[in-house]
Amino acid sequence: MNLETIIGLEIHVELKTDSKMFSPSPAHFGAEPNTNTNVIDWGYPGVLPVVNERAIEFGMRAALALNCTINQDTKFDRKNYFYPDNPKAYQISQFDRPIGHDGWVDIEVNGETKRIRIERVHLEEDAGKNTHGTDGYSYVDLNRQGTPLIEIVSEADMRSPEEAYAYLEAIKQIIQFTGVSDVKMEEGSMRCDANISLRPFGQEAFGTKSELKNLNSFNFVRRGLAHEVERQEKVLVAGGELLQETRRYDESTGKTLLMRVKEGSSDYRYFPEPDLPRLVIEDKWVESVRQSLPEMPKARRARYVSELGIPEYDAEVLTASKEMSDFFDGVLSHDVDAKQASNWLMGEVSAYLNSEKLAIDETALTPKALAEMINLIADGTISSKIAKKVFRELIINGSDDVKALVEEKGWAQLSDPSKLLPIINYILDNNEQSIEDFKNGRDRAIGFLVGQIMKQTRGQANPGVVNQLLNEEIEKR
Amino acid sequence: MAILDHTLEALHEQLVNGELTSLQIMEAVYDRIEETEEQVGAFLALSKTEALAKAREIDEAGIDPHNILSGLPIGIKDNIVTKGITTTAASKMLEDFVPVYDATVVEKLNEIGMISVGKLNMDEFAMGGSTENSAFKVTRNPWNLSKVPGGSSGGSAAAVAAGQVPVSLGSDTGGSIREPAAFTGIVGMKPTYGRVSRFGLIAFGSSLDQIGPFSRTVKDNALVLNAISGYDQRDSTSYDGETPDFTKGIEKGVKGMRIGVPKEYFHEDAKEKGIVESVRAALKTYESLGAEIVEVSLPHSKYGIPAYYIIASSEASSNLQRFDGIRYGYRADNVNNLDELYVKSRSEGFGLEVKRRIMLGTFSLSAGFYDAHFKKAAQARTLIRQDFEKVFEDVDFLVAPTTTTTAFDIGGQIDDPLTMYMADILTVPVNLAGVPSVSIPCGFSEEMPVGMQLIGKHFDEKTLYRAAYAFEQATDFHKQKPAFKGGK
Repeated sequence: MNLETIIGLEIHVELKTDSKMFSPSPAHFGAEPNTNTNVIDWGYPGVLPVVNERAIEFGMRAALALNCTINQDTKFDRKNYFYPDNPKAYQISQFDRPIGHDGWVDIEVNGETKRIRIERVHLEEDAGKNTHGTDGYSYVDLNRQGTPLIEIVSEADMRSPEEAYAYLEAIKQIIQFTGVSDVKMEEGSMRCDANISLRPFGQEAFGTKSELKNLNSFNFVRRGLAHEVERQEKVLVAGGELLQETRRYDESTGKTLLMRVKEGSSDYRYFPEPDLPRLVIEDKWVESVRQSLPEMPKARRARYVSELGIPEYDAEVLTASKEMSDFFDGVLSHDVDAKQASNWLMGEVSAYLNSEKLAIDETALTPKALAEMINLIADGTISSKIAKKVFRELIINGSDDVKALVEEKGWAQLSDPSKLLPIINYILDNNEQSIEDFKNGRDRAIGFLVGQIMKQTRGQANPGVVNQLLNEEIEKR
Repeated sequence: MAILDHTLEALHEQLVNGELTSLQIMEAVYDRIEETEEQVGAFLALSKTEALAKAREIDEAGIDPHNILSGLPIGIKDNIVTKGITTTAASKMLEDFVPVYDATVVEKLNEIGMISVGKLNMDEFAMGGSTENSAFKVTRNPWNLSKVPGGSSGGSAAAVAAGQVPVSLGSDTGGSIREPAAFTGIVGMKPTYGRVSRFGLIAFGSSLDQIGPFSRTVKDNALVLNAISGYDQRDSTSYDGETPDFTKGIEKGVKGMRIGVPKEYFHEDAKEKGIVESVRAALKTYESLGAEIVEVSLPHSKYGIPAYYIIASSEASSNLQRFDGIRYGYRADNVNNLDELYVKSRSEGFGLEVKRRIMLGTFSLSAGFYDAHFKKAAQARTLIRQDFEKVFEDVDFLVAPTTTTTAFDIGGQIDDPLTMYMADILTVPVNLAGVPSVSIPCGFSEEMPVGMQLIGKHFDEKTLYRAAYAFEQATDFHKQKPAFKGGK
């Protein structure tokens, strides 16, 4: 049997607004349990939700960046279910009028571009967190309750775990560029559930799907899906029948485990939220949000490649995050060679960030400083060896004036012949054997002499200038 | 004249000129409660100590002559949350629930110095029309103690009718202010949806609920509505337009006004002929005052009851889910798992009528039934609303009976929910349409008060007060005092 894999993803993204979706409590993390809450978050009798306009705007930003059409006559609905982390026993969500619909993103897998359609982007509030203590009690922390979320629902357009991975990457990147979320899977600000089914090639009807949960990293998504393809395939090839299951990815074994078999669909009894009036979004608002969107990663990559001659791969790396890409554009604004700038960011800068586990905006390095440093290398003021020292200084302590810094630290190269010639002649005077050797065709001798000169200048001599002057002086003897 | 026979205006005047102190008024209130409460049973809780302390404080500070309600007493229905004061909504579920915040209306009353006397009995979670669904006590009609005071705001109505407090707050989802006002012979206003903030009102049917005042006179009622109205940024459904002074121009009369009489609201074959007769007589009075009477039709009124019971119960089924035994309220003992905790807490904490409506609402919202029930009801609601909009193109306000019967016997209908539901036929269309309506006393039928409701355009409570005031000045039904029949 030749089977085709069908995958659709549901991605939850936490919006980084200051306050919650429907209450004035702070939407920040890391506080003591239940401290970032108020009566609204507790689902107290008599309380009412009030929409956070910023969350609507963020939702719109994300939806527009994902090429969705905005529902300008939108509303909220209640999704009813009992659970201790859900204090009202309903979640305010959007049912039939999501803020955005019919979008798409392009992904690239094995050099081929493919368009993945997005069915909808809707706004909702997050739930709290249950924890089960070792004392036999369960605890509820409502700090997260009410944090604004968007849910991005793809069409079942992906045909392999690799495509799902690429789609997730693309979504992460785009959302990150819009600035509405940190989109960190490890921290839970981006969460992913996957629906996966198999069908014989050529068949139109979808097979029985399973829903995968607990996919807490990009790799887990890929591995979980890959395992699920294998598992379903085995059952189908053996002539078995699949059940509609919810399965959990187990990171220790790389396998998916059965959580529950779905019998019919759960009934959330959606109905319009009577506490919130319909939300009519004026054209003006949509347009101003559209105008405020930054250049998206795909467009930036194209610009880097075609206008700056940056290799495709490098452009990819530079646009992996908005911070990096903005930084690169910032460096370029200081009139600097684009390839050099790109090399530095991809080389030393990335290595430093990786080893220190920092983001570029968490260091002292500024685009201006990096640009100045690159230009000082280009005009010979500093050697590329010294540049590494300068770079460490810039990324750890920062500098407003790199030229002054280099001078102050005595890191400038010695390129002035009037200063270099006495040293060169001093070394030649003391190493006559080497001159002899050189004249006899032993090239190694010149290396020895350069080394002596560098030693004498404590490495500050400009090696290019030294080489040239040394040759001239030997000729004279 | 006893202190509590005075209107709010008269009491204020006496406070200003020093004939009375707020403390004296509050003491009179608690004396009267002591005297009558055993028979009436209007209150679930009294806050005497706090109230007297506040009265002293206000007396010491001196009465602000521009603040007409300062230092005067009011009773609060027990589904309106009060900080530090047990708020039960007459449910075992919230028997020991002490809120940490005040409802917006309570904040507003506190700000102007009105003094809360205590919390008033009601049907559990405002579901019912007789106050018999209270988990805690029976409230009796001061006119005849064997009869119900109406509901769900039965305590609020009975307390005012019995002269325990001059005014009180109730809430009206399908008639819960107007019906008890009619049953007890007083004035009860259901304001336009959005006029008064719902923040702090324990929700029943969120798209229908509205807080409003009870009083013995029309002007007292308008004064309280003045105090509690206004936009509240904590309630997105509250009206952000202008809040007029509802007493301004109240004495201008009805001359030249056109009064619509919806034919669907007058059943000449009604069980109690006295009701229709009283209202017909009232229309004659209006005519004599210079108003013009026009028959109009609200053809979709017949869908009012089914639409109302589906929408209100659907919303309630969702609103009442938060009472799950996890964070506050009643929690069942001896449970083995989460599901049992939910099921037992809710089964034991809610009363029969509440459970009945939760089930009705849950059913109406369920997959496969939503379209035939909730969605249909929402469509009917639109038609009902359009009926009102259409007639208001031609008339200034409508007049109709508030109820189909006068107050019935305690225990008489409690086992017949359908009859109870049908009794709301004249009040629920107003909530579905969101328009304002005030019920005022207009006569008696077999010694029990009859109420007539005036129904107005959205946010036109002013016309209703003006017309109600004109009728009140021309008649003396509001001056009649309850007989406490059957009492000691």
